[in-house]
Amino acid sequence: MHELSIVMSIIDIAAEQAKKANADVVEEIELDIGELSGIEQNAFDFAWQQAVKDSVLSHAQLIINKIPGEGLCLECNRRFPMHQLYDACPDCGQYFISIQQGKELKVKSLVVT
Amino acid sequence: MCATCGCDSNGQVSIHEVNGHDHSHEHDHAHDHHHHDHDHNRKVIDVEQDVLYQNNLLAQRNRGYFEAKNILALNLVSSPGSGKTTLLEKTLQDVKTDLSCYVIEGDQQTNNDADRIHATGTPVVQINTGKGCHLDAHMILHALQHMKPKENAVMFIENVGNLVCPAMFDLGESARVVIASVTEGDDKPLKYPDMFHSSHVCIINKIDLLPYVPFNVETFIENAKKVNPSLEFIEVSAYKGDGLNNWYNWLKQKVQQAAAV
Ligand SMILES: Nc1nc2c(ncn2[C@@H]2O[C@H](COP(=O)(O)OP(=O)(O)O)[C@@H](O)[C@H]2O)c(=O)[nH]1
Ligand SMILES: [Mg+2]
Ligand SMILES: [Zn+2]
Repeated sequence: MHELSIVMSIIDIAAEQAKKANADVVEEIELDIGELSGIEQNAFDFAWQQAVKDSVLSHAQLIINKIPGEGLCLECNRRFPMHQLYDACPDCGQYFISIQQGKELKVKSLVVT
Repeated sequence: MCATCGCDSNGQVSIHEVNGHDHSHEHDHAHDHHHHDHDHNRKVIDVEQDVLYQNNLLAQRNRGYFEAKNILALNLVSSPGSGKTTLLEKTLQDVKTDLSCYVIEGDQQTNNDADRIHATGTPVVQINTGKGCHLDAHMILHALQHMKPKENAVMFIENVGNLVCPAMFDLGESARVVIASVTEGDDKPLKYPDMFHSSHVCIINKIDLLPYVPFNVETFIENAKKVNPSLEFIEVSAYKGDGLNNWYNWLKQKVQQAAAV
């Protein structure tokens, strides 16, 4: 369950930012989580519920932007939606793919008071 | 409390030098609750920060340390029981006259693996991650502080047996070595794509058992190459010794490459 350490890192980032902004409460937190980031949503939600208790995020509304995966075929330059790391290029069937999007795992913004 | 870095939370991590005294140090991960003057203005902060940035920062620091000391650091990852420790025991016995080696052992509990490594005469530090399912760069940094490895060496890091969680955590290694054994099925790379995607070389272990299990080496390699077309493969039996020379050649070649930089 690496999702738990991911959530703990998010709490650390939020706490640091809130402190810098002289804020006591985080009302909202917005995350970008890519389709190919290696985060399992159910595990993430479970870890979130457990971990945010007693943290600066205990009452924060969680907004997750799911970023769809996108690959660029290095053989034929086709761009295509990628759902798995083992997806082949739909045109030429090759696996030499450069991932253009979908690996994101970041804290985008916070709303604090 | 760790002053060097922002502590990466879950549970208690302890680091033991096997041999030598056992100054395990417990990390206190309490989060700061600073109270400020109340300010009821709503404020949006554009953070735009990678969740793993703290780990990646420390990993880069470890990488710089390894490079400066000309240490080849290998992160060994696999499911539990694929044969990481057995491979290490064999390797250390066979290469110790040619290469100076160190080992960091990661397990949730016990010093068992570190004891096995210690028996080969190799300096070893055991990290117990408790509930944690992977090593992170922060733990490696502390293990290195305990260990103080000499220059021109190979640092083997045996990660916690788990094919999922360690994939996301860069330790600052020079290369990632994924070990899969033939008893695990040839569709493993498709079931655990992140790990195969992030590895540089794949050791297919327990080939002595091939006659007894339904495992097709070609299918396995085909599947792994779908996830990572540049992955290299080395087939071995850590137990019987087959193929180990190919692994040692790979190692020595990497050591030379590292020295040439
Ligand atoms: N038959 C066979 N057994 C092996 C081989 N390598 C390891 N084992 C066995 O697999 C089990 C797990 O090995 P271990 O090295 O502890 O795995 P780890 O959890 O990845 O460190 C032990 O019983 C080993 O003896 C191999 O090449 N062939
Ligand atoms: Mg082991
Ligand atoms: Zn193509």
